[in-house]
Amino acid sequence: MTDAAIELQDLQVAYTVRGVDRAVLRGVSFQIGQGESYGLVGESGCGKTTAAFAIMRYLPRNAKIQSGSIRLNGEDMLGMGGGNVRRLHATTLSMVYQNPAAALNPSIRVGPQLTEVFQLLGGAKEEALHRSEEMLHKVQISDPKRVMRRYPHQLSGGMQQRVVIAMALAKNPTLLILDEPTTGLDATVEAEVLDLIGSLRQEFGTSVLFISHNLAVIAKMCERVGVLYAGRLVEQGAAQEVFRDPRHPYTVGLLRSIPRRGVRKDETALDTIPGFLPRLGATLPGCVFEPRCGLAKEICREQEPDLFPLGHGRASRCHFHDRAQELPRIAPVRLPAAHVTNGKPLLEVANGFKTFKQEGQDVQALVDVSLVVRPGEVLGLVGESGSGKTTLARVTAPDEGSRLEMDGEPLAGKVEKRSNEQVRSLQIVFQNPDGALNRRHSVRRIVGRALYKLLGLRGQTKEDRAIELAESVRFDQTLLGAKPAQLSGGLKQRVAIARAFAGDPRIVLCDEPTSALDVSVQAAILNLLVELQTQKGVSYIFISHDLGVVRYISDRIAVMYLGRIQEVGDAETVFGGPHHPYTEALLSAVPNLEGEERTRIRLEGEIPSATNPPSGCVFHTRCPRFLGEICVQEEPPLAEVEPGHLMRCHIPVEELRRLQADASAAAQAKTTT
Amino acid sequence: MTTLEDPTAPIAIPIRPDETKVERYERFRLLFRSPTFLLGFFLAGIWVICAIFGNLITPHDPVAPDILSKFEAPSGQHLFGTDKLGQDVLARVIVGARSVLVVAPLATILGTVLGTTIGLITGYYRGFVDEATMRVVDAVLAIPLIITALVAITAVGPSRTTLVLVIGFVFTPIIAKTVRAAVLGESRLEYVQAARLRNEHGPYVMFAEILPNVTGPIIVEFTVRLGYAIFTVATLAFLGFAADPTVPDWGQDISAHYPSINGGYWWPVLFPSLAIATLIVGINLIADAVAQLFER
Repeated sequence: MTDAAIELQDLQVAYTVRGVDRAVLRGVSFQIGQGESYGLVGESGCGKTTAAFAIMRYLPRNAKIQSGSIRLNGEDMLGMGGGNVRRLHATTLSMVYQNPAAALNPSIRVGPQLTEVFQLLGGAKEEALHRSEEMLHKVQISDPKRVMRRYPHQLSGGMQQRVVIAMALAKNPTLLILDEPTTGLDATVEAEVLDLIGSLRQEFGTSVLFISHNLAVIAKMCERVGVLYAGRLVEQGAAQEVFRDPRHPYTVGLLRSIPRRGVRKDETALDTIPGFLPRLGATLPGCVFEPRCGLAKEICREQEPDLFPLGHGRASRCHFHDRAQELPRIAPVRLPAAHVTNGKPLLEVANGFKTFKQEGQDVQALVDVSLVVRPGEVLGLVGESGSGKTTLARVTAPDEGSRLEMDGEPLAGKVEKRSNEQVRSLQIVFQNPDGALNRRHSVRRIVGRALYKLLGLRGQTKEDRAIELAESVRFDQTLLGAKPAQLSGGLKQRVAIARAFAGDPRIVLCDEPTSALDVSVQAAILNLLVELQTQKGVSYIFISHDLGVVRYISDRIAVMYLGRIQEVGDAETVFGGPHHPYTEALLSAVPNLEGEERTRIRLEGEIPSATNPPSGCVFHTRCPRFLGEICVQEEPPLAEVEPGHLMRCHIPVEELRRLQADASAAAQAKTTT
Repeated sequence: MTTLEDPTAPIAIPIRPDETKVERYERFRLLFRSPTFLLGFFLAGIWVICAIFGNLITPHDPVAPDILSKFEAPSGQHLFGTDKLGQDVLARVIVGARSVLVVAPLATILGTVLGTTIGLITGYYRGFVDEATMRVVDAVLAIPLIITALVAITAVGPSRTTLVLVIGFVFTPIIAKTVRAAVLGESRLEYVQAARLRNEHGPYVMFAEILPNVTGPIIVEFTVRLGYAIFTVATLAFLGFAADPTVPDWGQDISAHYPSINGGYWWPVLFPSLAIATLIVGINLIADAVAQLFER
């Protein structure tokens, strides 16, 4: 018992909201051994961050620890005074937050911020400076002296997070808490940061509490995992075991909601978890998951299940843990397939250029982009942030000489100059439904206004149509009078989708429509989008940083880098290979739930600045398959390497195929040994 | 087990109680629980009652000169004493509330309406109009408010209407600036983009989409400005620009009697001054409480 780095025993935390105590953690117990990495997963609102803050003793003022204990190295943390807590923060406890930009003081240079940590530990200034440099080296910052002179905003997100990790590890803590440390980062940067955390953990032997909603990240980073639901630990065990053989219906449901193993919309539909997380502080006499559980029986309603031990350190809080995987599906196994017609292109961009003026400099957001969207197809756009995906998709005002057409008619960049027909035909579903819906308007007004403006409907016809639309997005029409604040994230996104579909559009641009949502909700929204597409025969331009999602929904995929299209082709071709080296790197950066190592390619450095793109092939500075002088001198054309598969690379496609086959064989050999 | 019947049926949703309504109600409740607000409400409330019922609650006629009893010290007969014309100071303080409490709120409302409109337009359209307007605003703000008001009133002559107009206009740029900042923040949100994408006209986006979302800062600004407006009205009256020189007015009374302080007659100056002070403190306390509530 005493060898645990941290031990939580029956921790109960409540928030006082409007004078009433509302339970957030309902008796959570777990321990993390010395040097062990423990993952906490669960959807937002499950209490993950509350658990972390309780350990840090950083709970907000309206939070109350009602019972239970937290022991750090056997020392009781809850009875501790403020001075001792501060001592622990300075010496043995560290936390890394999701947003590194907010974790660093924007007005102090990186150097002084980092050396302060060492000085707090009692080092002299000179020594502290020296150790800071050393620490930055350890987090793989190649030029610590230069970075230390910078202000945080002058560093990229990945660099900032490295600095934060350096600060957290500076005191060689017993326990490091990582709260969604890579959620805001690009996949390639995420891969680097995760590798870094992994290797540092081995070097320092730190115990880690890793919080993430991303199961694959947890599978990669953690030895053991706890699944949290409504403030209850519902399942626990070795990470690989839990994800391979889940024993709680909630875990089963979560795993089924994730598009993985290259699943596609026309093969198997994603499953979802019905209903909603219980409200904060709801009284739940039985199993916390019972209202949403397909296996629920009388006993589940009446009796709270224990955390049944299943051997090998595994446990499940389910009366029917042996049957968890028999959880019935909610979504149909198959969704009706859409028909891509090979007819005239619906939307066409030819030689698209877009230049922004930024502080007197030209920034080329799009360079010679040519792309068509056919009726009824889903075109996925992928690439790191800053690659020009959103600029391309928003199809606004390209530079002179670019051609933008819809149905063969020129499409004006400015909305005011488009015909009514064109305005109706092109609508957007935004990433964040909180910002996309006016919080002062009711759902009825939001949808009704679009119906009025786009179709000219009024009165009863408008109301009827609004109800119809609500039905088509599975939005309960009794909620039409609600304001967005009363709806959950998934419902809000349904409203946003209904609004986009109000004018019977022909192209809907989905700009990361699910990335602000939890996985089970994401699955439901993706299924809804697929279904609507089939019913209405619309086309989507689908932007996402989540390659699994893009692969699931897209018919064709375009990969962008620095404003240029690097590869276009059918989804299966792009994912199946041979890939463009950039696509290959993107794919290898994504952690997968199966825990198998794919070809391991790490891109070095950051995306170069678009104000001053590299010469020749713009990817040559980071390319893992860099050929030589030709890549620096000459930009390769976007050439058709196979029927319907275009690529911008000097390496012949057969050569790529061979190289990539070798690499993946090597990786497989490594995993099996 | 209801969840298993028909996967295509809308999921039964445990809807949250109407939280916007709860929130609004909650706001009022919190406001009336805040000691700051209650004290401010009490202070300002007294003067509002005086302004409304003035003549009905005065113990004496405020405009009845009595040469025989001028400069009488506060006593049982005249609680606040009498002034140099022998008029009852208490009566004049009570009735005087009206002249301030009519002009100041009207001027603030005018300034808020104009300022909100300008703030919405400049914040939404940005570009040249914004640049030009904001430079003018900065120029106006560079001159002390009271000077601008003095010059304007000298030019058009004091009257209730001109006072309201002048103070309202002087406040417009300040309020415009606050509203513009709030609008800039809102314009970045995607619901504004969505409105543009369905080709909504500017005025609809500004007034129907954005305005309801920036009412918080506007209310806060209104209460703060109200305090300043009262102060400005009193100052102008003190400087000889009362809305109506024939009715009792605090600023005017102070101005008429401050030379007499040297003679030991402090009461005709002290009590109207206290009146101004308590009213402004009251309004400012309300403004503080409101600001705290909206900025949480």
